[in-house]
Amino acid sequence: MRTALKENYFKQIWKGISTTLIGMSVTIGHLFKPSVTLQYPHERWPMPEGARLRIQMDFDECTGCGACARACPVDAIIIEVLKAQAGVDLGETSNGTKKRLHVLKFDVDNAKCIYCGLCIPPCPTGAIHFDLDYEAMKLTRKELIYHFSIMTSDEVETLREADREAKAKAAAAKAQAAAEKAKAAESAPKKPNQSDSSS
Amino acid sequence: MLDVILTIAYLVGVISFLFLFVLFAVWFERKLSGWMQDRLGPMETGGFQGWLQTIADAIKLLLKEDIIPEQADKPLFRLAPYIIFIGTLGAFAVIPFGAHLIGSDLNIGLYYIIAISSIIAIGILMAGWSSNNKWSLYGAMRSAAQIISYEIPIGLSLLVPAVMAGSLSMQTLVAAQGGGFWNWNFLQAPPFGLIAFIIYFWASVAEVNRTPFDIPEGESELVAGYATEYSGMRYAMFFMSEYANLFVVSAIGATLFLGGWSSPLPFLTFIPGPIWFLGKSMVLVFIQMWLRWTLPRLRVDQLMGVCWKVFLPFSFLNLIVVSFWMLWVK
Repeated sequence: MRTALKENYFKQIWKGISTTLIGMSVTIGHLFKPSVTLQYPHERWPMPEGARLRIQMDFDECTGCGACARACPVDAIIIEVLKAQAGVDLGETSNGTKKRLHVLKFDVDNAKCIYCGLCIPPCPTGAIHFDLDYEAMKLTRKELIYHFSIMTSDEVETLREADREAKAKAAAAKAQAAAEKAKAAESAPKKPNQSDSSS
Repeated sequence: MLDVILTIAYLVGVISFLFLFVLFAVWFERKLSGWMQDRLGPMETGGFQGWLQTIADAIKLLLKEDIIPEQADKPLFRLAPYIIFIGTLGAFAVIPFGAHLIGSDLNIGLYYIIAISSIIAIGILMAGWSSNNKWSLYGAMRSAAQIISYEIPIGLSLLVPAVMAGSLSMQTLVAAQGGGFWNWNFLQAPPFGLIAFIIYFWASVAEVNRTPFDIPEGESELVAGYATEYSGMRYAMFFMSEYANLFVVSAIGATLFLGGWSSPLPFLTFIPGPIWFLGKSMVLVFIQMWLRWTLPRLRVDQLMGVCWKVFLPFSFLNLIVVSFWMLWVK
């Protein structure tokens, strides 16, 4: 019993010293290893391909068809469009689709967006994609609504005014046409009547 | 009159050196722990490797509100950090920075150091008791038990150089080791000088309450031990004493076992003594930090077991063997 304790005692001391030295050699090795830390604001990892982040859209490509807004499960995309006047050419998108609508408003509410990506496949021109920038914090919820339309409110107002005028004109023309038609219809049956009466 | 002025100048010099050392050591320890864990440590404050970080932290601590618990023993609570700091600062009186750079070359210098550093235990007990907090009290009791226990192997292993040089005066002890590194005490009476050095070094780690012997302030069980209720400037005082103590024990180790301010090779004497002294002390400081970031914390019973069952018998035997060595071999 006594000898066993004695052996154990010296063995334990030796173990204590040797394992301490082993541990110290490990830490001194790590002292000269390059650090794995990334100094975040100065350096950053590249985002992986296909990362789901904020919705970004290329406004020049947008035809205003509204397929994305219909696909959105949380109604985060709000689109307002206006039909172009006859004779006004809005150009074409890169894949040859003719633009027929003024896109007055294309808002994405990032507070609502669930980053599902369902708005991306329906887009006929591929205008919508995920942005690889991830620093998206804002101070208010209002700032989280991204306005992608490049039209100013003045432009929108003029377009709406023009549209209203055109519509009024069209309505007037229609009314006139209807009136003329009515007049024609009014005057037309007279002849048979006359003929009737004459006959 | 001149003596008084010189003493005050020396005191101011030592205190400013202490401040500088603490600022450097805290930063260095943080960097070292970072590097050893494959991190970077502080990087932003001050540009190069975050070198201003400790200064910023110190300013923050000084500007913080000084909170004293309502149920605390207020006079003791206020006094404790100063007692600890005095115990630390007192040791600097006899630490020889160079051939003539010493506060006072007492003929009982070694004895004085052991005596004055025991005051720290009183300060820690005061802090723990007056905080009126169970963590603080536990921490203080552990710390007092630890410091008092480890004083014994430290004392016994510090007697080995004293026996070798036949003196307790620090300058005589250094002078006895002059002429080259083969005269240094840790290589004397091989391997007994080395054993004394190792026992002193390990026990000194426990003496300054650092990992792996930092059970008095083990965060996982005692929050911060005796410093739990302290904040702001008083906490900074504790922190400073801890790091100053780190330097004191390293300086004593360098003085008694590594030749103090004497150069390792005879032809290197043109380099002034204080540089050798600080270099040796810094190496020991580095090893203490290295140990800290290598080993986990011990249990209380393990800590006491190591002291009473291993360090004490070995240092005692060592002292006896060295005494007979000096009597018969030399």
